[in-house]
Amino acid sequence: MNVKDIINPANLVYEKTTVMNDTPMHYCPGCSHGVVHKLLGEIIQEMDIQDKTIGVAPVGCGVFAYKYLDIDWQQAAHGRAPAVATAIKRLLPDRYVFTYQGDGDLAAIGTAETIHACSRGENIVFIYINNGIYGMTGGQMAPTTLPGMKSTTSPKGRDEKLEGHSLDMSKLLMHLDGVCYVTRQSVHTVASVRKTKRAIRKAFEYSMMNKGASVVEIVSTCSSGWRMSPADSNTWMEEHMFPVYAMGDLKDIE
Amino acid sequence: MSRKSDEVTLMKGNEAIAHAAVRCGCDGYFGYPITPQSEILETLMEIEPWKTTGMVVLQAESEVASINMVYGAAGCGKKSMTTSSSPGVSLMQEGISYMAGAELPGVIVNVMRGGPGLGTIQPSQADYFQATKGGGHGDYRMPVLAPASVQEMADFTVLAFDLAFKYLTPAMILADGIIGQMMEKVVLPPFTPRRSEEEIRRECPWATLGKTQDRNPNYISSLELRSEEMEKINLRLQKRYREIEKNEVRYEEIQCEDADFIFVAFGTMARVCQKAVEIAREEGLKVGLIRPITLFPYPYNRIAELSEKVKGFISVEMSAGQMVEDVRLAVSGKVPVEFYGRMGGIVPSPEEVLNALKTKLL
Repeated sequence: MNVKDIINPANLVYEKTTVMNDTPMHYCPGCSHGVVHKLLGEIIQEMDIQDKTIGVAPVGCGVFAYKYLDIDWQQAAHGRAPAVATAIKRLLPDRYVFTYQGDGDLAAIGTAETIHACSRGENIVFIYINNGIYGMTGGQMAPTTLPGMKSTTSPKGRDEKLEGHSLDMSKLLMHLDGVCYVTRQSVHTVASVRKTKRAIRKAFEYSMMNKGASVVEIVSTCSSGWRMSPADSNTWMEEHMFPVYAMGDLKDIE
Repeated sequence: MSRKSDEVTLMKGNEAIAHAAVRCGCDGYFGYPITPQSEILETLMEIEPWKTTGMVVLQAESEVASINMVYGAAGCGKKSMTTSSSPGVSLMQEGISYMAGAELPGVIVNVMRGGPGLGTIQPSQADYFQATKGGGHGDYRMPVLAPASVQEMADFTVLAFDLAFKYLTPAMILADGIIGQMMEKVVLPPFTPRRSEEEIRRECPWATLGKTQDRNPNYISSLELRSEEMEKINLRLQKRYREIEKNEVRYEEIQCEDADFIFVAFGTMARVCQKAVEIAREEGLKVGLIRPITLFPYPYNRIAELSEKVKGFISVEMSAGQMVEDVRLAVSGKVPVEFYGRMGGIVPSPEEVLNALKTKLL
């Protein structure tokens, strides 16, 4: 089989989603953001909702999400994406509205907006990237940082007596009556990528069924912040993050 | 709701804002209770505009959420607003700065109370600096309208939206606890339908309503990491502020034609000073009043003109002296500019301010 055979449309087995453009990403090698972006693009394309989807980008590494996915975006102030998304969805109820937030954005500065948007049962989707660290500002401790985990603001490792416990937002949000779906996934293996895609698609579908808010937490790596190679990051995530942030559905009101 | 537009009714300033918002085709109101302006949200919840015009009304979890809801709605090209009082408006400053940076239109009403801190629920004008000099971070300004009557609470709700959309900027109505709570006659604005989505797509091509095939994606953002580009954005904003300064100065003059001394006052204090002018005239004193209606843009030029023919000005404010700095800038040392103010929620009487004028200027 030569190159011409390979690129023959009849032999095509994979194609990049047209919702994702060719802008070079600013994400570090090994980062989970790119995979999640691709999944969003694929789902939006497969559901044929490019003209009906509005994303709300956070402050954090995902701040530039609007550069990569060809949909309408609003970039919110740090932590305020759920408030911004609330207004968009209330005013445009036939649109698919999602926030894309990291753990600093969703679980620290934006905790109030997150909890109340969920409690009100806003018909929006939360894409929640949890890598246990502030990536964009250079690897500081987040509410989700594991006990003993090193960061630039917990250089000796997070001391729970001094810096408190890891905050499990999904476990907290699942108890809210306005929330219909909470799931925790990852994108570090082929199987996990596929499961995450199904989860995001389900959340998007729920958002149009007046069932309330959906939270798709994606436990992610931050090779730069963790000071590890991408491969080591994946192993470290499995060994250390997953025992604290267990994979799977936490809530699903079908 | 079924009232004819020319019908005179009696209501509070806060209620007038709520009714005017519905009538001028507002798409979304997002607010959080705080005295002395909670009647705005209460009135909207009572009249249920979502059943008539389709306007969305939502009680948010905080002022921080409220202003960011306005940001989200404005990003969709929708007419949206929030209202609060001083401590709540302090919380909104981040969001207002983001709206200015992202060039988003929206209306913020501040029914001022005394500060600093939790202060008092009584009226004050001590947020003048915050409203007119930028409040939040970065180089931005916004139109600031100062109503002095319940009628103007209604009228300026319409005007604030017009200015916000004309210049793509947040616009503020800077009232105080008296204007909010006081009941007066008012003729509400006529009903204007909310804009259809087609109209918004035409008038606000930047709005995030969903990317259609015929255009590139829209994104609302105040972020630009390239210094040269960020400076260009700032220059564009500054150019717009100069345009606002050129086109939108509004003020009212009362008996300034032959005045020797002029009160400068806005909002409630202008009403008090108007009475003081009457008393002064009865006593044979040639006193006038200039009432800035727009606090940004400020009527510097008109005050400078007046300073050529009067013997002095006195700025009267419910603050420690904020607007007086702008009066001094305008007068530029040509004649004395004095100040009289009360704080903590105290509203001085006409006799008190006239006495201050006599003591300081005669």
